[in-house]
Amino acid sequence: MAKLVTALNIAAPDEFYEKLIRAHEGLSDDESAALNARLILVLANQIGDAEILAEALEACRTPAA
Amino acid sequence: MLQDRYTLAFRVYPYARSADQDAPAPVRHPVVVGGGGPIGLAMALDLGRQGIPVLVLDDHEGIGMGSRAICFSKRALEIADRYGCGEAMLEKGVVWNVGKVFHDDRQVFEFNLLPETGHKFPAFINLQQPYFERFLFDQIEAERARGAPIEIRGKNRIDAVEDAGDHVRIAITTPDGPYALEADWLIACDGAGSPIRAMLGLDFEGRVFQDSFLIADIRMKSTEFPTERWFWFEPWFKSGASTLLHKQPDDVWRIDFQIGWDVDRKEEMKPENIRRRLDAMLGPEVEYDIVWSSIYTFQCRRMRKFTHNRVIFAGDSAHQVSPFGARGANSGMQDVDNLGWKLGLVMSGQAPASLIESYNEERVHGADENILNSTRATDFITPKSKTSHIFRNAVLDLAEHMPFARSLVNSGRLSVPCTYDGLSLNGPDALAGSPARSRPGSACADAPLEGGYLLDRLGDGFVILTLDAAAPESIEEDGVVARRLALGAADDASGALRERYLGDAASAVYLIRPDQHVAARWENYDEAALRAALRKACGKD
Ligand SMILES: Cc1cc2nc3c(=O)[nH]c(=O)nc-3n(C[C@H](O)[C@H](O)[C@H](O)COP(=O)(O)OP(=O)(O)OC[C@H]3O[C@@H](n4cnc5c(N)ncnc54)[C@H](O)[C@@H]3O)c2cc1C
Repeated sequence: MAKLVTALNIAAPDEFYEKLIRAHEGLSDDESAALNARLILVLANQIGDAEILAEALEACRTPAA
Repeated sequence: MLQDRYTLAFRVYPYARSADQDAPAPVRHPVVVGGGGPIGLAMALDLGRQGIPVLVLDDHEGIGMGSRAICFSKRALEIADRYGCGEAMLEKGVVWNVGKVFHDDRQVFEFNLLPETGHKFPAFINLQQPYFERFLFDQIEAERARGAPIEIRGKNRIDAVEDAGDHVRIAITTPDGPYALEADWLIACDGAGSPIRAMLGLDFEGRVFQDSFLIADIRMKSTEFPTERWFWFEPWFKSGASTLLHKQPDDVWRIDFQIGWDVDRKEEMKPENIRRRLDAMLGPEVEYDIVWSSIYTFQCRRMRKFTHNRVIFAGDSAHQVSPFGARGANSGMQDVDNLGWKLGLVMSGQAPASLIESYNEERVHGADENILNSTRATDFITPKSKTSHIFRNAVLDLAEHMPFARSLVNSGRLSVPCTYDGLSLNGPDALAGSPARSRPGSACADAPLEGGYLLDRLGDGFVILTLDAAAPESIEEDGVVARRLALGAADDASGALRERYLGDAASAVYLIRPDQHVAARWENYDEAALRAALRKACGKD
């Protein structure tokens, strides 16, 4: 894990988390899944760096590691 | 018994009894090509133009009716042009640049291929496969009239093949009964189902995709559609999970519906059911005739090895891809382009037999690239899981407003020639400041010259292309000749030649192979270096 930031990098974590959950309010499971997918794509494009993206995918596939 | 498996568009090589059938012992031929589809015809053309006697055996009497391939790439046309029939194809074909992508009832975005100028051929033309084959066949006739030793035997079905060490034994069935032949080399161009592959018990491994597609080629009677490629994901008219509309010559349109795996083929192929899908899409007011229709499924797979002693596989027999990206016939043409000169040098004793192994190395590399691209497109078009489907639609949703997502939309990445990066025949890349696109291993990009184009001037043999550099008019190394083509940046006022071959370099010397791939490049001519690169490109190290 060379490049992936695993320490806190969000200024107001509670606020972000609340916004994330609120974005899904009133959505069906399918709509939520679609929103998550769009969100992942937009954020991935924002990050851009192929190494970071690969590390993130790897890290999230094996959450315990 | 010989039974046709398809109807013919052009019955151009009717069965005729050959003297070989009455010979007391099997007659030996230098090269037999098994199968006269586009790849077999191109193979015969390549070898015959070199003066190598070549015999094509096909179990039909001409060119099949089924349109199948419609998109032919720049590189395939350039190869055909080296054989003399590229211009006829271009003239008949439809050139297109604009594509539109729809999801449900919305246009997601529109793209323009924005072709680079200064090439003799466009990125693509649309042309029905039977025409493509017909132009190759007509060129064979023209070459034959000039003395090229090419023979095609119709209704000659290959039934058995046996590796006899330094040759191949071939058993053939004809309407007059069986006979046998021998060949120094057998080029298997007998298609995806390759009976020759099966006869030799060889593998063909990869992924089978569980989906089927209904194709209808229709001739429009009333409405005009623009010359554009339209692709629908989950179209509102519900005629398929995806649908492609594409123009071909003769007012014919290709429509391709993804109809799912568990379909009753017989039922779906009934004209009234095909019309039901078409009418839902086109609207009831549009009048058309159905010219041809078919249901196909597909695989992405290849043989582990394309060369098996004296039997060499080329085209669909060696590798199969999904149609998305038009990489089937287009990559088969590159197989032929790659194999032709190598076989020529080996047969004339100018190169060791091991040069043939570089065909395997280079074209396996090409096949893997094609399979990768076509598998990715297939996974996007026909998502295999719920999550994959959700992501696919998320990309389409975003693509409408966010340009970045348009690059993720994959309805087929259109065929471009592969570069043989890092493979055995490549020599040095010793030209500082030069463009990456013409590094060793890459297919030469065309460029405009006074009264013509660069690729025309490269022709068929090894070439020493000099740009504002000195070099002898030709050199011969161990029987192989490379002739010089002397050019300078000033030969192309548009600057394309400079941009594609010099970049920031002041001068350049390129060694170019007969298939118009770059073998090596330097800033100045160095005889020892050039000779070494020429030997390497002929498999002599
Ligand atoms: C729907 C569809 C769309 C496509 N679109 C495109 C596209 O846009 N662009 C593209 O480049 N490619 C496309 N392709 C792929 C293209 O059609 C094939 O790659 C191409 O036909 C392969 O040519 P081939 O000569 O290797 O094999 P084939 O065309 O299959 O020819 C094989 C020949 O061998 C003969 N033969 C078979 N068995 C024997 C035997 N035992 N003895 C003697 N002869 C025999 C056959 O009769 C036939 O003539 C498409 C394919 C499909 C199905």
